[in-house]
Amino acid sequence: MSADHDGANLLEVRGLTKIFGTLTACDHIDLNIAKGEIHALLGENGAGKSTLVKMLFGSLEANSGEIFWNGEAVRITSPGMAKKLGIGMVFQHFSLFEALTAAENIALSLDDGSPISSIAAKARALSFSYGLPLDPDSLVGDLSVGERQRIEIIRCLLQTPQLIILDEPTSVLTPQEADKLFETLERLRSEGKSILYISHRLEEVKRICDRATVLRHGKVVGHCNPREETASSLARMMVGNEVKAVVRAPADGIETAQPLLEIRALSRKPATPFSIPLKNINLNVRAGEVIGIAGVAGNGQGEFFESVSGEVLQQDAASVRIRGKDAGALSITVRRLMGAAFVPEERLGHGAAPRMKLSENLLLSRHATDGKVFVGTGGAVKSGAVYAAAQRIIVAMDVRKSAPDPEAAALSGGNLQKFIVGRELDRSPAVMVVNQPTWGVDAGAAAHIRQALIELARSGSAVLVISQDLDELFEISDAIAVMHNGELSKPLPIAEATFEKIGLLMGGAEPGHAEHTLETA
Amino acid sequence: MMRLELVKRPQRSMLFSALSPFIAFGLTMIAGAILFALLGVNPLNAFEIYFIEPISQVWQLHELAIKAAPLILIAVGLSVCYKANIWNIGAEGQFILGGIFGSAIPVLFPGFEGPLVLPLMLLFGMVGGAAYAAIPALLKTRFGTNEILTSLMLVYVAQLFLDWLVRGPWRDPQGHGFPQTIQFNDSAVLPELMPDAGRANWGFVFALVAAVLIWVLMSRLLKGFEVRVLGSSPRAGRFAGFGLNRMVFFAFLLSGALAGLAGISEVSGAIGQLQPVISPGYGFTAIIVAFLGRLNPLGIVAAGLVLALTYLGGEAVQSALGISDKVARVFQGMLLFFVLGCDTLIHYRIRLVGMALAKGAAKLDAAPKLKEAR
Repeated sequence: MSADHDGANLLEVRGLTKIFGTLTACDHIDLNIAKGEIHALLGENGAGKSTLVKMLFGSLEANSGEIFWNGEAVRITSPGMAKKLGIGMVFQHFSLFEALTAAENIALSLDDGSPISSIAAKARALSFSYGLPLDPDSLVGDLSVGERQRIEIIRCLLQTPQLIILDEPTSVLTPQEADKLFETLERLRSEGKSILYISHRLEEVKRICDRATVLRHGKVVGHCNPREETASSLARMMVGNEVKAVVRAPADGIETAQPLLEIRALSRKPATPFSIPLKNINLNVRAGEVIGIAGVAGNGQGEFFESVSGEVLQQDAASVRIRGKDAGALSITVRRLMGAAFVPEERLGHGAAPRMKLSENLLLSRHATDGKVFVGTGGAVKSGAVYAAAQRIIVAMDVRKSAPDPEAAALSGGNLQKFIVGRELDRSPAVMVVNQPTWGVDAGAAAHIRQALIELARSGSAVLVISQDLDELFEISDAIAVMHNGELSKPLPIAEATFEKIGLLMGGAEPGHAEHTLETA
Repeated sequence: MMRLELVKRPQRSMLFSALSPFIAFGLTMIAGAILFALLGVNPLNAFEIYFIEPISQVWQLHELAIKAAPLILIAVGLSVCYKANIWNIGAEGQFILGGIFGSAIPVLFPGFEGPLVLPLMLLFGMVGGAAYAAIPALLKTRFGTNEILTSLMLVYVAQLFLDWLVRGPWRDPQGHGFPQTIQFNDSAVLPELMPDAGRANWGFVFALVAAVLIWVLMSRLLKGFEVRVLGSSPRAGRFAGFGLNRMVFFAFLLSGALAGLAGISEVSGAIGQLQPVISPGYGFTAIIVAFLGRLNPLGIVAAGLVLALTYLGGEAVQSALGISDKVARVFQGMLLFFVLGCDTLIHYRIRLVGMALAKGAAKLDAAPKLKEAR
């Protein structure tokens, strides 16, 4: 039962179907990956990409359909078996122990009992030959996200796979680091290895991928050559209709507007050995503007967010000021009452309690600000009013769900994010601080969220957006600052900002460098 | 090579969540039958003596209520702790301190009589239990100690303190040297509900009222929401602006006060004086009650009655069949074991890791052979 029409196919998938309850996550998927090609897998969130990949990697078993590997029918029942066949995977979220060295982490996954020193030597040799320099003896906790990804890639390559699956690999990289990764991928392709590349960044798919398979609602909607497509035609295939472009009206009179959020000489010692200290951060966000904070993940954005939100209090009350009043020593509840709203990066377990209903999750951040509406005498929750407000947000943000008031964990990531952002927008806050507003959110919903943030600013609020997605920041920000190793650069007005300048700052170029370009510009 | 692994189920079965206590009860029955058979007793006969006879007459139902009252009172308080993911294991000690604090009034002021005495005693009992529970709360919030250990160890301190009191400073001088305090005067005794029918006292009413109030707190009030958020996802709770340290105190003080109320109700109602031992382990059994009742106050009322029956049944088999009444403890232990076991299997399934890998490899080998065969 081999693939008789094309002997060069490394992997052939026919009619692969996976059903969860009433949902058909993957519906008769066909996919061919030739030897020595980089094949893109495109699709919105919830289109079935992850389910498909999990079936290829053996973490899920298909309900029906066939997989052919080098022309032979196989059943991949476990990740161990996928590795034996020659399928390697680099996950979007790394599974590394921070307190161990790179080599020790690699040894853990190899599971063949070879001594650490020989693994380290192999890893070092491999990393240099692929242009991914890596010191196997360094502690993972000390490494940047880009370097951690290299460990994952090297770990995968050490198993000499024929097919490498990469899940959104550039989402955590600076543009320069991404360039490096692309060189490595091209190198692997020239050696005859195949790569299945999952991404939502259409420009990079166009740049490095030979073919693309587009999924929508669990079905293959097309195979194409991404080089012959435009980014918008690819997006149209993914979404099924035209994605509305975000419109950013000019921000008039910002120069004279009042700063609503002021950060003054904010410093914070690291709370754990692996967290980043904040060093003398200064920033003003004025009424009517959107300020973006770019940066590679793990450079202090999380710590900064916690400090601004008030989940962690500051020694110096004046280091965070909201609407002209010192807020550094005030709790997150008081800061909310002063008019601020916050959306954290993690949705489940931080922005929302996974096992609680959406209406309860609405109460989570608004029990104090909307105390009169949601809480009656004696602290009784007015569940009717909360439910009605939750439904209002669900409609306003087009949150798609399976039940009237489901548990947060039952929603897809993108839909939950729409709800969490909508929960705060519904208040029309004077100050809005958002960490990764559209991480893992599909294109249509992301445009919706971005537009809403711009409109909130234009209606007179101050909006601060922390994001790893540079495209997003360039789309919505009036100025972009870069966070690197706990320091924040001066905001670069959007008219002067380029990918290159921001990328250099993200990679740790002197903050003075940016100031210099600012002055000469 | 082979290893057991718990794998989280993607979905919990609502049906089995609801059935879990009943399945656990059934499994306890099966294990109990084996136990009785091994002891050389006909299990059916033993079950009748254990579970049916102790509740076949009205006065016996009153005895059941007396035993169930402290269990329910303590367990509804503990349910708030456990929902908040705070592990108060020391309710037994808080129960004893409640008994001691409340008894201070009739013991130290035997001449003080009137309608004020009882309310004051109950209040003192609650303060005593809450104050004693504040110790592990303070240690946890200040020094990050594990509240399971500190609250448990304080139980033994409380037991020995009570023992010392009734043998030493509080001993009845006219008591012929027996280690007990004076009998409380009439206005310090918790009245019986229906003196003609049986001995059950107002403690059972307190238990039912507490269960309803805690149910309202947990399901209707913002405070109950705070408990549930902090217990299920502490980081989301912090984002909501709820303080974890404040919650530790709230949960400990509330459960301590209810255990203290149970303690003074038991001493003042069922016993009438302080003795070296005032509890057959109510504070520990209440942990089983809380879980058997699914941490739901109304479920806890039912579970409290079931566990009270295990006490009565233990006494019954001792007198009828000559089996040690420790068998009650065995039943309680098995019940908790099966409840937790059922709950675990609802959330997780068991996987044999070594075998799964071997199976995968076998399939890998089998695939080409299959093809050849065809």
